[in-house]
Amino acid sequence: MVGIVGYGSYLPRFRIKVDEIAKQWGRDADAVRRGLLLKEKTVPAQDEDTITISVEAARNALRRADINPVDIGAVYVGSESHPYAVKPSGTVVAEALGIVPEVHIADYEFACKAGTEAMFVAYSLIKADQMKYALAIGADTSQGAPGDALEFSASAGGSAFIFGKEKIVAELLHTYSYTTDTPDFWRREGAFYPLHGGRFTGQPAYFKHILGAGQGILKKSGLKASDFTYAIFHMPNGKFPLTVGKKLGFNKEQLEPGWIVPLMGNTYSGSSPTGFSATLDVAKPGEMILLVSFGSGAGSDAFVFKVTERIDEVRDKAEKVRDMLETNRIYLDYGQYAKFRGKIIMND
Amino acid sequence: MREVAVIGCGMTKFGELWKQSLRDIFVEAGLKAIDDANVDRISSMYVGSMTPGLFVGQEHVGAMMADYLGKSHIPAVRVESACCSGGMAFRLGFFEVASGHSDVVMVGGVEKMTDGADVTYALATAADQEYEVYHGVTFPGLYAMIARAHMHKYGTTRQQLALVSVKNHHNGALNPNAQFRSEVTVDQVIKATMVADPLTILDSSPVSDGAACVILASMDVAKRMKKPAIKVLGTGAATDTLALHAREDITTLKAVRQSAEAAYKMAGLKPTDIDLAEVHDCFSIAEICIIEELDFVEKGKGGLFTEQGHTALNGRIPVNPSGGLKSKGHPVGATGVAQIVEVVEQLRGQAEKRQVKNARIGLTQNMGGSGASSVVHIFEVQK
Amino acid sequence: MPSPRYHREMPQRYRLEAGKCNTCGHVAFPPRMVCNCGCRDFKDERVSDFGKILTFTTIRVAPKDFETQVPYSVAIVESDNGVRVTTQVVDCRPEDIKIGKKVKFVFRKMYTEGHTGIICYGYKAVLV
Repeated sequence: MVGIVGYGSYLPRFRIKVDEIAKQWGRDADAVRRGLLLKEKTVPAQDEDTITISVEAARNALRRADINPVDIGAVYVGSESHPYAVKPSGTVVAEALGIVPEVHIADYEFACKAGTEAMFVAYSLIKADQMKYALAIGADTSQGAPGDALEFSASAGGSAFIFGKEKIVAELLHTYSYTTDTPDFWRREGAFYPLHGGRFTGQPAYFKHILGAGQGILKKSGLKASDFTYAIFHMPNGKFPLTVGKKLGFNKEQLEPGWIVPLMGNTYSGSSPTGFSATLDVAKPGEMILLVSFGSGAGSDAFVFKVTERIDEVRDKAEKVRDMLETNRIYLDYGQYAKFRGKIIMND
Repeated sequence: MREVAVIGCGMTKFGELWKQSLRDIFVEAGLKAIDDANVDRISSMYVGSMTPGLFVGQEHVGAMMADYLGKSHIPAVRVESACCSGGMAFRLGFFEVASGHSDVVMVGGVEKMTDGADVTYALATAADQEYEVYHGVTFPGLYAMIARAHMHKYGTTRQQLALVSVKNHHNGALNPNAQFRSEVTVDQVIKATMVADPLTILDSSPVSDGAACVILASMDVAKRMKKPAIKVLGTGAATDTLALHAREDITTLKAVRQSAEAAYKMAGLKPTDIDLAEVHDCFSIAEICIIEELDFVEKGKGGLFTEQGHTALNGRIPVNPSGGLKSKGHPVGATGVAQIVEVVEQLRGQAEKRQVKNARIGLTQNMGGSGASSVVHIFEVQK
Repeated sequence: MPSPRYHREMPQRYRLEAGKCNTCGHVAFPPRMVCNCGCRDFKDERVSDFGKILTFTTIRVAPKDFETQVPYSVAIVESDNGVRVTTQVVDCRPEDIKIGKKVKFVFRKMYTEGHTGIICYGYKAVLV
């Protein structure tokens, strides 16, 4: 049996409301709330980045896994906001967790699906008996240009998953990936904000790949939507994952626990993994979970998990996603937000 | 050991001395001290300076100052112990004369802080770089944490802290060399710009340029001079943990206590024998803690003692008649020597409007960092 | 900060590694070669994840590297196993901080060296 031994998430305490951003740019907040189903989003503190979020998420995963960190043979961090262009995030994370030096480390980047890429590789290494445990993290302090539609959603947070063959809380039964070259969203080296193809990011990009992966894994596994208690689809906004769910035959109840985007925003590489983490927070032994990510560029990874008895033992050993999402919030105005996100031109 | 006395002293005005360089201000103070002592021959020189390298990019200031004072070829060395560099330089000069090695030694202190360096950063190098400064703490921040703990433990009030500044500004207003010659009120201190809660800018000593110099001589030489010799009765120095957090009690400045005990013991005196004291009031809370450690008042009562006026110019034990670091100014390396200049002037009866009546015995206390080093000297005028 | 110096302190900054004196039991952070009791024999120890605030301040005039963080709070925290450290207390308003309050250590960015230098990480505290 190969699966998840420990999982954990981290979301910053700071928030900005859709209304505050809309007010700044003269946009209609009601339309954003109705159209994109977004209310507010997480904002990283000035002292948080992909690395610190990864460390805190991984510490929560370790609390649940209850294993010796040195038994982890690989650390993979998926993000599109790695703090360094050259120098890995993973080395800092592994050093902070006490996993070095006998460990394989790599950073992944594939827009919003870098987190599930890391999960895919970690799982594969365990399945290939290459190591005892492997740690996969999806985390981001997402970029959105000021005034762009993405600014309403681009948020910060991440989740970490330790894969192994013992002490499993959710067995990974099937994987499937669906990928083409699709220029729907990108950021060139040295550019501060990403660009995107507007409505081209919808049907030919997000929907094509996420439906392709969803349909593919159902076909490969011989399962149907009704076999799953829960499903998580990448959440660029509130509306898209609901539309995908409906098309694949899932109802609102199946999506609800992982549909955290209205309060979290889009944590990019941390989006669907954190939805999955929130789902594990409420899942019961024996329940099936479908997870499908999407990364611009473009592709989707799909996973089928089956929750084990051990989930009840570990659930309360670390903070749950909904608690992080719904308590201890500190709201920022746009000026503070712009300062926190480094959007103000400063002297050196 | 031989008996040692101060036979001459001089200092620049403290403040923003835009027109003078590091060497200019030192030489000005040095020449004043030489003229005051009326000596030609100096055997060696000690220069207290905290971080001329960071402030103006100049190290090796011992040799430079000897050169520019026209004393090239004499042994000269810079002494560094953060803000008590000057006091520590004096201690070394004292030992050189007391040992019999030299008859006449110059001790100076100098700092040029206003030439555009990041002063907050430069001063913070006196704290623990890796475990304090790395976390963004500043010197006002460290003393603010001492203040908060003192208020919490002993009930010291915000008003009592302010009264230290009020008193020192009152004294400084009477001192022609002081940087700030204006009085302040309790209300002004409390409502001034916050630097590190609960300390405001008016709880804090300023950024200053300045230099001070004294000439030390053996008592044999001193007795031949016209001016009354100011005998060094005692010297004491001590250190404490570099980091504030490592101390057993955050409100206790152990190095101050131990340096004072050593100086009292050497002088054969008690705290009640002291007629006036110049102490290291880099922040208002520092003076409160120091007068407790000097045993002018029991631990925890320094604020009340100040409030009751006992440290005022006409009080039981006048503290910082010069205006202290707060009002006179705090060019860090110069401070310890400038304190001695003040005591010499007081004991000679030359302090004019700020003269402490019947002053015979004076004490100086100079401190580095958040109290990781302290040096105390006790002086007596010879009639 | 020069990267060799930064690198050397990682065990302390990243993992709060300390040393416990085998004679008097004092936990030294950072680890040191000789204890105040004179003993030179230490065993590995970690600073506890939790502690309490002994004193604190809010910095409003900061060194250059910290200027954009102003106002930020700094405290002396005593960990549950008796280690005292100076650390920032973050994710709260200054008025939320009180002497005696319980905190947890978290992993955060301390400062960055301009736009091109290294990013310095370490421990900070949050109220629990």
